[in-house]
Amino acid sequence: MTPSPLDVVEYALRLGDDALVAAQRLADWSARAPEMEEDVALSNIALDQLGVARLLLTYAGEVEGAGRDEDALAYLRSDAEFRNCLLVELPNAGPAAAVGTPGDFGVTMAKLLALAAYQWLTYERLVASTDGHLAAVAAKARKESRYHLDHATQWVLRLGDGTEESHRRMQAAVDDLWPYTHELFATDELVGRLSEAGVAVDPAALRAPWLEIVEPVLAVATLDRPTDGWAPEGGRRGVHTEHLSYLLGEMQVLHRAHPGARW
Amino acid sequence: MSARSAAREAVAAVVDPELRVVTIEDLGILRDVSEDPATGEVVVTITPTYSGCPAMDVIRSDIRRALATAGHTGEVRTVLKPAWSTDMITERGRARLAAAGIAPPAPASGPVPLGLPGVHRPDPVPCPRCGSSETEEISHFGSTACKALWRCLSCREPFDGVKPL
Repeated sequence: MTPSPLDVVEYALRLGDDALVAAQRLADWSARAPEMEEDVALSNIALDQLGVARLLLTYAGEVEGAGRDEDALAYLRSDAEFRNCLLVELPNAGPAAAVGTPGDFGVTMAKLLALAAYQWLTYERLVASTDGHLAAVAAKARKESRYHLDHATQWVLRLGDGTEESHRRMQAAVDDLWPYTHELFATDELVGRLSEAGVAVDPAALRAPWLEIVEPVLAVATLDRPTDGWAPEGGRRGVHTEHLSYLLGEMQVLHRAHPGARW
Repeated sequence: MSARSAAREAVAAVVDPELRVVTIEDLGILRDVSEDPATGEVVVTITPTYSGCPAMDVIRSDIRRALATAGHTGEVRTVLKPAWSTDMITERGRARLAAAGIAPPAPASGPVPLGLPGVHRPDPVPCPRCGSSETEEISHFGSTACKALWRCLSCREPFDGVKPL
């Protein structure tokens, strides 16, 4: 069965917006990370995410066929048109932090662990997609996300099994973010149609392997695995937290003030 | 020499803007140089190392300049498949990296083992300065997307290493 082009656009935006918004949050650490090597590492990971986002947004624009390129999709959509999961838009200081609170490194690493494990599992399977372009993007991205997962794992281990203070903050970060991880595995009719056509990866099937990656990391890091309960969602249909609006305000201001500006 | 092989020679000599000791041919990112039979234009096909490699735009314009200097007009196409791997770096490329103090990558073929990292560290790569195998990785991420940061425990010098991908 041939999938509807609009379904493919929507799916590419989900994957691409996850990567784009994650890149924007990570880039906020540039020149502010706790140590020099970490500054380089987080900027590199942000760059990888941005690269994948550009490929996916460009593709979404091409399939849509309405003349929107990567810039139009990144800079000229409103918050309700973004399809990223809520997890990536949460501030670096944590979901409950007031606007402008400096970032918390434990939050960033807890978030990266959850996201990278999910992205890696997704891309590993998306390589077999019947959509040749999505498969090609995934074949590149899966190798990069393996490095992201490795990096986040090392920090969660070090901070969880570190000092009393680092343990307390790492546990708080994992507890605060855990509810938002459920949305990664939520499925809907669109994903159902696309995975039946062999285009998409069914996220519901990823929760078990994701737990197989994340739970041992938490255990070795001497962190408690939070209990499942509240599961906020809405990002995939454009219902976001207020944090995304602030993020987009900063990310889009230059392009909107100076349309077509070039370096 | 045919027009096509002259064009190929010009394009193959383009150096990577971030690793200026190797050419795009050495790195294995130059996929093809062909001639459009209809227009006679040269078509150069390249592939990115990392998805977000910021050098791609510079590489494209350097290729166009090399073609123009050699008296050709042409276009540059980018393909993603098959995904680039560090195993595509040529022997000459590896030797040139090592000579410039950048450790060439270990083989990347096959799946990356999934275990608890932090416990699993990459195997030491020989120090490009003193040859010692007593080295350790400081960070997976270095000054460019494709490099990691290493330190030699014998001569104490830090060095870059191209990380297996």
